[in-house]
Amino acid sequence: MAEVLVYVDHVDGAVRKPTLELLTLARRIGEPVAVHLGPGADTAAATLAEHGAVKVLTADAPEFADYLVAPKVDALQAAYEAVSPAAVLLPSSTEGKEIGARLAVRIGSGIITDAVDLEAGDEGPVATQSVFAASYTTKSRITKGTPVITVKPNSAAPEAAPAAGTVEQLTVTVADASKGTKVVSRTPRESTGRPDLTEAAIVVSGGRGVNGAENFPVIEALADSLGAAVGASRAAVDAGWYPHTNQVGQTGKSVSPQLYIAAGISGAIQHRAGMQTSKTIVAINKDAEAPIFDLVDYGVVGDLFEVVPALTDEVKARKG
Amino acid sequence: MSLRIVVCVKYVPDATGDRHFAEDLTVDRDDVDGLLSELDEYAVEQALQIKEAADGDAEITVLTVGPEDANDALRKALSMGADKGVHVEDDDLHGTDALGTSLVLAKAVEKTGYDLVVCGMASTDGTMGVLPALLAERLGVPQVTQLSEVSVDGGVVKGRRDGDTATEHLEASLPAVVSVTDQSGEARYPSFKGIMAAKKKPVESLDLDDLDIEADEVGLEGAWTKVEEAAERPARTAGTIVKDEGEGGKQLAEFLAGQKFI
Ligand SMILES: Cc1cc2nc3c(=O)[nH]c(=O)nc-3n(C[C@H](O)[C@H](O)[C@H](O)COP(=O)(O)OP(=O)(O)OC[C@H]3O[C@@H](n4cnc5c(N)ncnc54)[C@H](O)[C@@H]3O)c2cc1C
Ligand SMILES: Cc1cc2nc3c(=O)[nH]c(=O)nc-3n(C[C@H](O)[C@H](O)[C@H](O)COP(=O)(O)OP(=O)(O)OC[C@H]3O[C@@H](n4cnc5c(N)ncnc54)[C@H](O)[C@@H]3O)c2cc1C
Repeated sequence: MAEVLVYVDHVDGAVRKPTLELLTLARRIGEPVAVHLGPGADTAAATLAEHGAVKVLTADAPEFADYLVAPKVDALQAAYEAVSPAAVLLPSSTEGKEIGARLAVRIGSGIITDAVDLEAGDEGPVATQSVFAASYTTKSRITKGTPVITVKPNSAAPEAAPAAGTVEQLTVTVADASKGTKVVSRTPRESTGRPDLTEAAIVVSGGRGVNGAENFPVIEALADSLGAAVGASRAAVDAGWYPHTNQVGQTGKSVSPQLYIAAGISGAIQHRAGMQTSKTIVAINKDAEAPIFDLVDYGVVGDLFEVVPALTDEVKARKG
Repeated sequence: MSLRIVVCVKYVPDATGDRHFAEDLTVDRDDVDGLLSELDEYAVEQALQIKEAADGDAEITVLTVGPEDANDALRKALSMGADKGVHVEDDDLHGTDALGTSLVLAKAVEKTGYDLVVCGMASTDGTMGVLPALLAERLGVPQVTQLSEVSVDGGVVKGRRDGDTATEHLEASLPAVVSVTDQSGEARYPSFKGIMAAKKKPVESLDLDDLDIEADEVGLEGAWTKVEEAAERPARTAGTIVKDEGEGGKQLAEFLAGQKFI
């Protein structure tokens, strides 16, 4: 059976959920071979094997952290040459897309980004994309070279499928040309203790209607009662009420949770672009004419400062 | 030595319009008004600021690959203050994908001559966000991408990249390709004077021959990817909407419990 390279997104060996989703999708088109770059391969290998990786190719080099993107492309290319895979899958993060893009040029292949589903086809894997702010669903495939496809988080439910997960060291030479962009400093983001926005099953977002940074705890309290991540509209971010890393939308994060709750958000096309594929959508807005209501499964026309705290209390009461 | 800056700008269908696919599954450009991708305005703005920081000792060329109407995108960028335009236009470009676009842009940038290429973080139609990386790979120069701050000094470009897990400060020697986000600073509005001046600024038109690109390397036929199906997403069935008369929170909790979220 053909092998499929899966680029592993991890933090020091802690494998992030989108990678487990990739392994699940990879099994539809072949045998997953995971590529783990950086420290922690030993920790990661067990998780990767549990989710179907027949092999884990690993390499660690200071250049992966010291320079932007290109050294990792050298490593992925080495894995590609070692395996001759039927496809290369990466997570649709900023870095995943850039690594995939450069690899595609090098191996003369096409690239599809932001796939939301993947299936085997007669002429190679077929990717589903949700485009134009999710108003269209397309099916595409790559016609030249080895398909390079990046997949959005929450596109598949990770399934356990124990496999060998044999760890093999990859020999990587980082080219001088790949050391062009120096990472002078790196400040890791502080963890809030809440789930990651792009991976969360539930997201509660606040917009201009929240009316001040001092009111965001109202949104956070609801999120915490549900075990949810907190999002924000660009209006709330631009006003300085919430960090840009929490922005949902075209120029923020794109989320696809089971449940999305929008409070005090009107539903502009650029916001919708980042949340329209959520399974269930709920909105609280005092304006009955707000475009967000066109999308909702359930909407409450009302003041968020009344509705959200009441909902939080009710959730807490029901959860006991 | 004057700094040569090329800004890549894309002409896109207005996102607030009703965007469609044409019969050949390419973007229907006749149906909706086009404009300069709003995210590329940030790229033009940063190029202008880099020129200002160099006391004007720089020349800004705006470059687009697109149909005849894409000239509008160039005019907008010129009215903001760019110096000249390059328009790559050829019937054989219809249906070009990202790999093909990067090939055309790379050849056009090389022909124009550059020290710095500035792109937006993503187009507002394809939204792939990969073009700057593709271009850097093809040109064999550093990529300094997704920047919320950018500056150029003494042949070195510096920038700040706010990533998913960390904020990074980056540095590269020119020539380089950068892309900037919408956090990099509001784009200026063209002044009346700017709009008038733009009409007189030169726009060079190039076709595939000028760039030594064969027709079968680009366009729908030459594409590395193929769209096989495009279906309009069915309209959502109307949801339940209630007016809060004191019970809104409770009713919503009831709905969420019914859906097993609580
Ligand atoms: C290139 C580009 C990229 C963009 N990218 C993004 C993006 O990534 N994400 C994004 O979100 N936007 C983005 N935008 C901005 C987008 O166009 C909108 O301006 C933005 O989404 C509006 O945010 P909002 O809904 O919070 O504010 P508004 O549109 O002002 O809506 C606020 C809503 O709150 C309601 N409200 C007020 N008070 C209350 C109350 N007490 N209780 C209940 N409801 C109340 C109002 O009725 C209103 O509907 C982008 C724009 C451009 C041009
Ligand atoms: C809905 C949709 C989905 C698509 N999906 C794919 C896909 O999966 N794979 C694929 O290969 N192609 C795809 N395409 C085609 C692709 O968008 C075009 O080939 C495009 O020219 C390059 O991609 P982008 O616009 O998404 O670039 P992005 O990488 O999003 O754009 C980044 C920057 O590159 C510059 N730029 C991009 N295009 C041009 C241009 N024509 N002229 C000047 N500067 C430019 C701008 O500075 C822009 O801000 C898709 C197109 C659409 C409309």
